[in-house]
Amino acid sequence: MSPLLLADITVFTLSLLVGFEVISKVPATLHTPLMSGANAIHGVVIVGVMVLAASTTTLAGYLLLLVAAAFAAMNVVGGYIVTDRMLAMFHTRAAVRS
Amino acid sequence: MNAFTSSVHLVYLACAACFVLGLHLMNAPATARRGNQLSAAGMAAAVATTVAVLARDHEITAFAVAALAVGVAGGTIAGLLTARRVKMTDMPQLVSLFNAVGGGAAALIALGDAVEHAGSLARLPLQTTLTIVLDVVIGGVTFSGSLIASGKLAGLVPGRPILMRGGRTVNILLALVVATLAGMFLTGHSSISGLAVITVAALGIGVLMTLPIGGADMPVVISLLNAFTGTAVAMAGFVLGSTPLIIAGALVGAAGAILTKLMADAMNRSIGAIIAGGFGTGDDATPVSGAGATGPVREITVDDAAIQLAYAAKVVIVPGYGLAAAQAQHEVVALAQALTERGVDVSYGIHPVAGRMPGHMNVLLAEANAPYTELKDLEEINPEFARTDVVLVVGANDVTNPAARRPGNAVSGMPILDVDKAKSVIVIKRSLGHGYAGIDNELYTDPKTAMLFSDAKAGLSALLAGLAAYATR
Repeated sequence: MSPLLLADITVFTLSLLVGFEVISKVPATLHTPLMSGANAIHGVVIVGVMVLAASTTTLAGYLLLLVAAAFAAMNVVGGYIVTDRMLAMFHTRAAVRS
Repeated sequence: MNAFTSSVHLVYLACAACFVLGLHLMNAPATARRGNQLSAAGMAAAVATTVAVLARDHEITAFAVAALAVGVAGGTIAGLLTARRVKMTDMPQLVSLFNAVGGGAAALIALGDAVEHAGSLARLPLQTTLTIVLDVVIGGVTFSGSLIASGKLAGLVPGRPILMRGGRTVNILLALVVATLAGMFLTGHSSISGLAVITVAALGIGVLMTLPIGGADMPVVISLLNAFTGTAVAMAGFVLGSTPLIIAGALVGAAGAILTKLMADAMNRSIGAIIAGGFGTGDDATPVSGAGATGPVREITVDDAAIQLAYAAKVVIVPGYGLAAAQAQHEVVALAQALTERGVDVSYGIHPVAGRMPGHMNVLLAEANAPYTELKDLEEINPEFARTDVVLVVGANDVTNPAARRPGNAVSGMPILDVDKAKSVIVIKRSLGHGYAGIDNELYTDPKTAMLFSDAKAGLSALLAGLAAYATR
């Protein structure tokens, strides 16, 4: 195994553990926005699409790139907006009254 | 490593920190919105940095820029429009759809990478071919599986379990095809056509895996598919050697895994049994066919129920799947507000699987303007039932069945709301039909329970009208 791969595996494992730790503290009330927000975070796949674009030189590659870019952009943009919309609705009693 | 590359790495690290802190801020409703905005800011920085890298390296062709630009523009518009317009009741299918495209994008990255290395696939290191195959398989299963799940939630695909004869055999065959071709791909017999067949087989597995799963099991399924997408994105990160993808993918994988476990526990079912499928009903549940409780059942009129609620000091409302299916969240909140104005202490006891995805009921009630401080989860509300005068159960069944505390029946061991500990209970329900577990609910024959036979929406509106008439008297 290359040192680079080992570093990647380390990062992956630690991130998984951080994820478990942070997310297990989210209350049940917020589980839908949590899932939708996590969904938006995996929209980071758009960065991957851009990295792939740098090495794309074939027609088939361009077509795959086009679809991947559309999918990823929809995921990241829609995910963050819809999560924000949901979270904006959570009010305390005082805020509901006003 | 020059200064530019180092700064790029540091920015990516800062972005990853934003994702983690953003998720951390989601631990309370008061800070959650800021958390999501922080996470979005991190995402914007990651994208901007990647644009800078592409601009600096000058390796990208004009066609690739065009494909990227057109794709991103189209995707952004689609994402904007759907996210702005979606109704809160339709949230589960939209989250599922975004999950599908995320998984699809991850799979396409691996495919695209393989296509660009078409001539030298056999010379790629094992770590790259392995992650390419994993990414294509997980991403493919997620894409088609999430699309079917989304279709089921939206009613485009029947919500009931769809069992095909030989469906399992086909699934095993497809899995064998994937395993064989993956083995060849990893041992130097790699070809694009082989990878294409793997992709198609993975898509088929996703469809066949999700079709037999019933509507009521959807909270578990979409959580599981969410975990899959996270893993697929992390694999795409391994293929490209991109740390932000690995970190974000792992975080989402963890979130999906936790929610899957929570949901399966709350439904008293193992994840394996849910995937095996065949259980669960569609949205239009409440089977009426002769099934019903055996003991004497006390009925109550709308007026009596309204008076009972009006005179109570403390009322707990237990909304269930039936309320979400009937979309009666506005009616229930209107009733709660009317009671609060009369000085009644009202709160909501929400079971984890009320609604069609984890936490969905809370979003529906928040949209209808219920303050989040009144939304109580299982652990919070259970100790309060003993001090409660009236519990109003709307569209919830198995999650209130006291039989769960005894061993030896279908709901044994399931975490339930201890509704029967309250002084009195009013259940709004269309009939005495069985819930998802298919057994009698002992709550209904409890002497302190009164049944108000009605559709959730109509029953709540009638109660509200009854309350208003009583108050003006």
